[in-house]
Amino acid sequence: MNWFTNTFGSSLGKKLMMAVTGLFFCVFLVLHLAGNLTIYMGKDVFNSYAEHLHSLGPLLTLAEWGLLIFAVIHISSGLLLFYQNFKARPERYAVNKRAGGRTLGSATMPYTGVILLLFVIYHLFNFHFVDKTHTTIFQIVSNAFAQPSYVLIYTFAMIIAAVHVSHGFWSAFQTLGANHPKYTPFLRGLSLVFSLIVGIGFGFIPVYVSLLV
Amino acid sequence: MTKNIDITLKIWRQKNADVKGGFETYHASNISIDMSFLEMIDVVNEQLTLDGKDPIAFDHDCREGICGMCGAVVNGRAHGPEKGTTLCQLHMRHFSSGDTIVIEPWRAKAFPIIKDLAVDRSAFDQIIVAGGYISVNTGGAPDANAIPISQEIAEKAMDAAACIGCGACVASCPNASAMLFTGAKISQFALLPQGRPEAALRALAMVRKMDELCFGNCGNERECEVECPKEISISNIARMNREFFKAGLGSAVM
Ligand code: HEM
Ligand code: SF4
Ligand code: FES
Repeated sequence: MNWFTNTFGSSLGKKLMMAVTGLFFCVFLVLHLAGNLTIYMGKDVFNSYAEHLHSLGPLLTLAEWGLLIFAVIHISSGLLLFYQNFKARPERYAVNKRAGGRTLGSATMPYTGVILLLFVIYHLFNFHFVDKTHTTIFQIVSNAFAQPSYVLIYTFAMIIAAVHVSHGFWSAFQTLGANHPKYTPFLRGLSLVFSLIVGIGFGFIPVYVSLLV
Repeated sequence: MTKNIDITLKIWRQKNADVKGGFETYHASNISIDMSFLEMIDVVNEQLTLDGKDPIAFDHDCREGICGMCGAVVNGRAHGPEKGTTLCQLHMRHFSSGDTIVIEPWRAKAFPIIKDLAVDRSAFDQIIVAGGYISVNTGGAPDANAIPISQEIAEKAMDAAACIGCGACVASCPNASAMLFTGAKISQFALLPQGRPEAALRALAMVRKMDELCFGNCGNERECEVECPKEISISNIARMNREFFKAGLGSAVM
C-alpha cells in the first residue's frame, strides 16, 4: 500500500473523511434550511428562490455531484467503521451501563445515519426526480404535505437528522483534532443548538405547509 | 465503624479462550466493608479452594492503583462505579448488604480471555513496541532543567503519561477502541522536545499497529475518559489525530 491508502484507509483516515464530509453536510443543511425558510414569505418568494437556485445551472450540477460523492464517502466509511466496531467486540457484556459519556446522539449514529440515507432517497424521489414542466415547486410541495403520511415521515426524519447532528457536529471537530479546553465546551453546546435549529427549522415546515392547504 | 455485608456475586467463568464461558453465582457473606474489591474475591477464592473447587482467576499486582494489572467490569462499569478508581482501590463500602454484583472480564476481540476475569492485554505491549519510546541512549541522568519546558506542557505530558495501561478504556468503549490508550502514549512523547524527532514515525507506526490488532474505532462517545482510573482526557485522542494527520499528509515519512 502507498502512503495515500495507508493514511486514508486507516481508522483515523476513515474518521477524517467522515468528519470532513459530515461538516460539509452540516453546511449544506444550513443553506438548504435558509432556502426552505423562504416558504414562510409566501409561495411566490419560495418559487422564485427555487428559480434562482436552478438558474445557477452548471454550478448547481457541480454542487449536486459533490454532495453525491461526499454522501458515498460518508456512508461507505461510516458503514465500514460500524462493521469493524461490531467485530471488535464479538462477545457483548451481560450488563451495560453508561458511565456518563454517551448521549442519545452518540449511541445511535449508525442507525440515525441509515434512516437519513433512506429518507434522502425518498426525499429526492418526492421533490427532485419529478416532472416540473407544468407546475411550480410550491405546488409539488403543498400537494405532498396535503397528505398526513408525508407530514409524519418528514417531521420524523428531521427529528432523526437533529439527533444525528447533535453528536456529529462537535464530534467532527474532535476527530479533526480541534479539542481545546476553552472552545470544546462551546462547540458541544453549539452542537445541541444546531440540532434544535435543524429539528425545529426543517421539522415545522411540513406542518406549516399542511396547515396552509 | 466496621460493618459486614452479605452479597451475591455473578462471576464470569471461562476455562480458556477456546471454550464458551458463563456466569456462576456465589454468595459472599460477612464481607467487611473495609475490604477492597479484590480482597473480597480473595475471600471467595479461599472458600473455593477449601471446597476443592477452581478459584476465580483475576489479574492484580500492586493493589494500590498504580500498576494497571487489575480490572473487571462490575455491574456494567469498568473498574466499578467509582470515578478515577482502579478495581483494587474500589472498596466494599460502596456496596450494600443484599446487593447482586455482576463481574465480567474486559470484552474485546483484541483482549482474548486467558481465564475467567484475566484477559491477555499484550496487544497494548505491541502498540508500545511499534513506537512508544525514544531511540536515544539516555546515559547518566541529565539535568532535568537542561531543556526548558513550560509548566503547562510538562503538566499535559505528565497527565498523558499517567496512563497505567489497564485497558479500561477499551473495555468501556462501546466500540472497543484503544484510542485513549494510544492517544495518551503518543501524546506523552509528542508534547516534549525529546519526543519530537520521531513524532511522525511514531504516530504512523502506533496507529497502524493499533488498527492491525482489530481494536474498534473511536466514535467520540467519551465513555473512556469517564471510566479511566487515571482520568486521561480525550484531548489526547484529538492530539493523536493531529499527529497522525500531520505525519500522514505533511511529513515525508511513509
Ligand atoms: C444530512 C445528512 C448527514 C449529516 C449532516 C451528517 C453529519 C455527520 C457528522 C458531522 C458526523 C461526525 C463525524 C465524526 O464523528 O467525525 C457524522 C457521523 C456519522 N454519520 Fe453522518 N451525516 C449525514 C448522513 C449520514 C448518512 C446518510 C449515514 C448513513 C449511513 C451516516 C452515518 C454516520 C455514522 C455511522 C457516523 C459516525 C461515525 C463514527 O462514529 O465514527 N450519516 N455524520
Ligand atoms: S487510558 Fe486510562 S483506561 Fe486506558 S489504559 Fe490508560 S489508564 Fe487505563
Ligand atoms: S493491582 Fe495494580 S492497579 Fe490495581
